[in-house]
Amino acid sequence: MPLTLVTLVRLVAVVLLAGAAGAASAAESIQPPSMFSPVSTPAAEILELSWLVIGITGAIFVVVETLLLVGIVRYRRGRKDDGREPAQVYASGPIEMAWTIVPIIIVAVLFLVTTRSIATLQKDSAPPGWLDVTLVGHQWWWEFRYPEYGITTANELHVPTSGPGGGRPTFLTLHSADVIHSFWIPQLAGKTDVIPNRENHMWIEPRESGLFVGQCAEYCGTQHANMLIRVIAHPPEEFEAWVQSQQQDAVDDPEVRAGRNRFLSTACVNCHRVTGTRADGSFGPDLTHLMSRATIGAGIVANNRENLIAWVKDPDHFKPGALMPAMGLGDPEVERVADYLLTLQ
Amino acid sequence: MTVIDSEAVAIGGVRQGWLDALHGWVTTVDHKRIGILYVGSALFFMVIGGVEISIIRLQLAQAEAHLISPQTFNRLFTMHGTTMIFLFGMPMLFGIANFVIPLMLGARDLAFPRLNAFGFWLFLFGGFLLYYSYLGAEGLYGAGSAPDIGWFAYAPLTSKTFSPGNSTDYWILAILVSGFGSMLTSVNLIATTLTMRCKGMTLMRMPMMVWIMLVVSVLVVLVIPPLTAAQVMLLLDRFLGAHFFDAQAGGSALLWQHLFWFFGHPEVYILMLPGFAYASEIIPVFSRKVLFGYPAMVAATVGIGVLSLGVWAHHMFAVGLSRDLNIFFTGSTLLVAVPTGIKIFNWLGTIYGGKIRFDTPMLFCLAFLAQFVVAGLTGVILAIAPLDWQLSDSYFVVAHFHYVIVGGLLFTIFGAIYYWFPKVTGRRLSETLGRWNFWLLVIGFQITFTTMHVQGLLGMPRRIYTYPADRGWEIWNQATSVGVVFQIAAVAIFAFNVWRSLRKGQIAGDDPWDAWTLEWSTTSPPPSYNFETIPEVQSRRPLWDLKHPDDPDGIHE
Repeated sequence: MPLTLVTLVRLVAVVLLAGAAGAASAAESIQPPSMFSPVSTPAAEILELSWLVIGITGAIFVVVETLLLVGIVRYRRGRKDDGREPAQVYASGPIEMAWTIVPIIIVAVLFLVTTRSIATLQKDSAPPGWLDVTLVGHQWWWEFRYPEYGITTANELHVPTSGPGGGRPTFLTLHSADVIHSFWIPQLAGKTDVIPNRENHMWIEPRESGLFVGQCAEYCGTQHANMLIRVIAHPPEEFEAWVQSQQQDAVDDPEVRAGRNRFLSTACVNCHRVTGTRADGSFGPDLTHLMSRATIGAGIVANNRENLIAWVKDPDHFKPGALMPAMGLGDPEVERVADYLLTLQ
Repeated sequence: MTVIDSEAVAIGGVRQGWLDALHGWVTTVDHKRIGILYVGSALFFMVIGGVEISIIRLQLAQAEAHLISPQTFNRLFTMHGTTMIFLFGMPMLFGIANFVIPLMLGARDLAFPRLNAFGFWLFLFGGFLLYYSYLGAEGLYGAGSAPDIGWFAYAPLTSKTFSPGNSTDYWILAILVSGFGSMLTSVNLIATTLTMRCKGMTLMRMPMMVWIMLVVSVLVVLVIPPLTAAQVMLLLDRFLGAHFFDAQAGGSALLWQHLFWFFGHPEVYILMLPGFAYASEIIPVFSRKVLFGYPAMVAATVGIGVLSLGVWAHHMFAVGLSRDLNIFFTGSTLLVAVPTGIKIFNWLGTIYGGKIRFDTPMLFCLAFLAQFVVAGLTGVILAIAPLDWQLSDSYFVVAHFHYVIVGGLLFTIFGAIYYWFPKVTGRRLSETLGRWNFWLLVIGFQITFTTMHVQGLLGMPRRIYTYPADRGWEIWNQATSVGVVFQIAAVAIFAFNVWRSLRKGQIAGDDPWDAWTLEWSTTSPPPSYNFETIPEVQSRRPLWDLKHPDDPDGIHE
């Protein structure tokens, strides 16, 4: 009986939610970040548990609301009421015992199932062979470090997929540079808070390649809304290729020497790093391979010349309150800097 | 505040100059007038909080909207939450308790009338202090900077580094001041309940509402001090360089969360239990049946109170607690479902076999029942830690607790106002307008908060001032915003109903609902001394005994 119920609830929910989300997203390539379309082991396990919980709570909902409706209809005062008070019933031991014990049993079942699920999902250290990524939350962007590869990137997390025969899950170690953030990509896993002066962990294991989006889920100040996350899951070989491209030093194209000089002689270098140059800041995103990223401003606009110019000129234009200042460069200078940035493949 | 002025006339019974009236209201120590002041101020703040959220919903009705700046948005949701919890919810429940409880107990006032007045004025000036931040909190950072830290004020966003200026200090001090008011009033309610019951009213003969407000008051006295302590620690951090919460200097951001939610979760019950209290008075009267299972209801109330002190970290499932803690708090939170279920079934048991009258107070309570079941069940969903990892800080949570606080508490508050308005003013509110008020609120509530669950399930986090258009959230947000229009209409009709009924409402008489508790045995409005002679009771329903001398309650209890 519970199984069929769960199946039914699952069907209804999938139809409703998929229909709702699908309608809005048909035009774009981005999948809505719905917990109902998991592509990674932890998210799938949570969804399995969800069906059970939704099934049980759904059944209780139907029973109680039906009882209420029936009560309201059945026991409304009739038109030809004699004005006498109904029989006064003060209490009933057996009935009250029943509606105390049945909920206790339901609670016990939910508790035991949840305990097992927590034990499976929560991992405090990486099993051997997993990909280690250190994540640092900043106001209002994400930094990703791959210690074993010496790579640092921002806002777009690249990870390998796992196949049916196993693979390489990613183990994330979470730190914050300032306030509390929360890392959440619903299709991959539940959220984990990113807390200063504390080390948290979570893991993901995408089973499909593709782009999965999410965003910061803990209020972290002015631009909390524009702290988007993009996770790109690659098949293992493609991931290796990505790693190798990221390990290269920054491109040094003589044609954009003017913009490069301007960049290196401006306060840009205090916050940003470009390997192989004296730009060695860590307060802002690493720009060594800026152009390998599809977006800027933590996922808010496409990474192209026009947006780069507008961003460098005045970050507040896209992201009011962003901590990067407008450097007060003239238009030609901004364009030269942008042209230099465009070479950072 | 025309409401209060005209009520002054009604209550005082003599026409006075406005200066005399004002003087009377400002200096009053009468529990009934203080109750009215509380309720009036709470409604005033409810309107302000409502305006704030209406602007927010306008902004969110469209993806990538630029109606208001992120700074303005963050201040608005901070002020909305703080206002609705501390300046609407708590004062409203204290106001209704203030008016009704001494009457239910057959007492002439609360135990400490001057302390009562002091508590009220602390709350009111705490509220003014919070809103003065819009004018005075600029520090060096531009005028109009109300707090923007959220009503939960998580460290270290509240530290001087991330929150310069003084807006956060206004938040701390305002809540600290009004918190003292809440504690004093609670002490007063506890003392009154324990020492001033009329002859014959044993603890187990108290009306259910008195029991519930006793538990609520004990909770307030237990959990506001940790919040106050945390706020003092935060002030020390901000002004004297202490490092309790300053993570950069080795402090703990989680310490704030533990202290805050040790207050914050019981606070949910402090707000919701009074809703249970009103429902427990109204449902029996309009079902024409005694409250089913009174002893179990008392036990369930005390049970919820005790359990509420051990569940706070379910607000913190995502912070990376140990496995053991996550399991413990899942279990303790799930347990709350048991006494809550008992209450719901007891109300159903009261309805069954009754002869239900659908007056406006009952309509609100029936909707409360239907909606609160949903709130309880989404609460069970969120109690399961792994599900909470997906749903915490998403709109699903926002939907859940608005089902509690609006679908549960606000509906019962309206029920309570329609129920006791005749006692307070001597006139009834219009039933026709009451029905309009009710149905518009139901429709608006359902449109707004049912759709909100979906946004959360589709991955939309809370507290974002804008969202990308490609996430599939826009249509749901539009629906959520449309519902607000109906809710505004409902509140407007309510205000009109109060204004009109104060002048032209049908004269109520002492006992318009044919009810059973002591407040209906005195005149409407009651004289300043409440009862000519202190009543004596033999059962839980003294007026039932009077009306049915052949079949008194006492022998069945």
